[in-house]
Amino acid sequence: MTVYAAPGTKGSVVTFKSRYEHWIGGKWTKPAKGNYFENISPVNGKPFCEIARGTAEDIEAALDAAHKAAPAWGKTSTTERAAVLNKIADVIDANIELLAVAETWDNGKPVRETINADIPLAADHFRYFAAAIRAQDGDFQEMDGDMVAYHYAEPLGVVGQIIPWNFPILMATWKVAPALAAGNAIVLKPAEQTPASIMVLMELLADVLPPGVLNVVNGFGVEAGKPLASSNRIRKIAFTGETTTGRLILQYASASIIPATLELGGKSPNLFFDDVSQEKDAFYDKAQEGFVMFAFNQGEVCTSPSRALIQKSHYDSFLSDAVERTKKAVQGNPLDTNTMVGAQASNDQLEKILSYIDIGKQEGAKLALGGNRCDLGGDLSGGYYVEPTIFEGKNSMRVFQEEIFGPVVAVTPFKDYDDAISIANDTLYGLGAGVWSRDGNVAYRAGRDIQAGRVWVNNYHAYPAGAAFGGYKSSGIGRENNKLALGHYQQTKNLLVSYSENALGFF
Amino acid sequence: MPRDARPVIEGETLSRVSMSDPTRELLIKLWGIHGPLMFHQSGGCCDGSAPMCFPLGEFHTGPSDVCLGIFDVSDQEDGSQEIAFWMAREQFEYWSHTHLTVDVVPGRGSGFSVEGPEGLRFIIRSRLMETAEPFAR
Repeated sequence: MTVYAAPGTKGSVVTFKSRYEHWIGGKWTKPAKGNYFENISPVNGKPFCEIARGTAEDIEAALDAAHKAAPAWGKTSTTERAAVLNKIADVIDANIELLAVAETWDNGKPVRETINADIPLAADHFRYFAAAIRAQDGDFQEMDGDMVAYHYAEPLGVVGQIIPWNFPILMATWKVAPALAAGNAIVLKPAEQTPASIMVLMELLADVLPPGVLNVVNGFGVEAGKPLASSNRIRKIAFTGETTTGRLILQYASASIIPATLELGGKSPNLFFDDVSQEKDAFYDKAQEGFVMFAFNQGEVCTSPSRALIQKSHYDSFLSDAVERTKKAVQGNPLDTNTMVGAQASNDQLEKILSYIDIGKQEGAKLALGGNRCDLGGDLSGGYYVEPTIFEGKNSMRVFQEEIFGPVVAVTPFKDYDDAISIANDTLYGLGAGVWSRDGNVAYRAGRDIQAGRVWVNNYHAYPAGAAFGGYKSSGIGRENNKLALGHYQQTKNLLVSYSENALGFF
Repeated sequence: MPRDARPVIEGETLSRVSMSDPTRELLIKLWGIHGPLMFHQSGGCCDGSAPMCFPLGEFHTGPSDVCLGIFDVSDQEDGSQEIAFWMAREQFEYWSHTHLTVDVVPGRGSGFSVEGPEGLRFIIRSRLMETAEPFAR
């Protein structure tokens, strides 16, 4: 067991600057209007640095830098671009603890996860896209003896990316890696709740990326995000967040006639068929852990398995075991490597979760566990902690339909296969789902029948690079994490070439 | 004193949405900065499951949305500062049995909602209505 020292204290592996400017054109750049906002750590509710409060002027400056860098970067060979992405991965790998503690402090999630998941996944993501762009072939067709069509994947140019606060460095990576691999220059706007850890990474990458290829402007959504998304100087916008903002992004994209890819969340069902309980073996234990995955990242995951559908025939025993298993989840200081459940990312997240727990109770959902805010005492007393909470109820209740984005799961029984699929699909969303069954045919058919872009079969919350990720229905448009994503950041050039010396005979 | 939105859904006579005093005060301040405003309740992750406040005309509502009610935040309550509260129709089907109150808490998360720079965040508090068609009398 290790407890990492808080950033800036004796023995800490990372120290934040007291103030972070924007990163534009390869250097720290002060905000044009000279304003900053304080950045609070959810671990203790206290501010720990100041961040540049970006405005339209800063977005314009970032776009200028991106436009300056884009042509050369776009023409850089895939060999060289892949080498840069691999260098980024090397830098991340060489600084895992530093980045992990920075991420934990900015977001509140346990360091156990940032060290073992978030940061290594980010490094690997850059390596995946380095490989993917090297392996991407164009194609050609011989139309006839004298004409050949050649197809090239060309970069879009300058793209805008707006990322969420739940996995700050990893979510930046999911967007940045394919865009850079494809040869684009980027203006990135991090979430205002978690603006610092990404700047720690940018500082480490100062000599790795050509200036202007990746520009980062911090600020509030309405002041910096909106000018970026509505700019007619980007050729594409990518966004992960909520549905209303997603619609606005699409509106702005339509005005500029540019493509938008969106990931807007989910209310992912986790299906436990009764054959899971046939034996209390390693697989049963794994399924139990699968249930508790609703508490992973404090529930702040777009694919959180926030609805658990348990077959009636084993409902009581499976659920009572799952409640006991959830009680074992260690909630505490996010810098302690034993901690599994850390702090919610902000005060308003905490308030929102508590308001949903309230409406759950009002609607008659039965509280099987938790339901309260936690005070961890001492230095952590001002932090944003909520107990893992389990509700039982009906799929029509608001706690079953709306994304709470906290460590709250809503449990309901299903009779049989058809009932399971019907309940699973009775949602506006379609991002993730889990299917647990010892029967391969059941697992396969359920996976294909559930209307979600990612169905985990006999596991949950794995995000290896190469496994395509994205939503059905109101969960969004587009796919990340797979070479498919390159297509979102490229456009096809067709060279239609004639090898004939003779006129066609038209005129 | 919570202020109620006037009902606008055909057949309804009871207000579906109200707002707390701090909400009204914040909206008057934001109106001063941005002009006329409206709300759209967001679903989804991150800053979702919460109301977004935009300058009127910014967010295009249409046949896929429903207006739950119209607030008048003006001091004189003379209709001079109306703020409509919208939601996606598909979402409303799951919400229609609850009464909503727009409140404010300290926070950072807001997508492009205009209160973000204030260090405050709009939030919904809900109350279950008891009858099948509670808002129509």
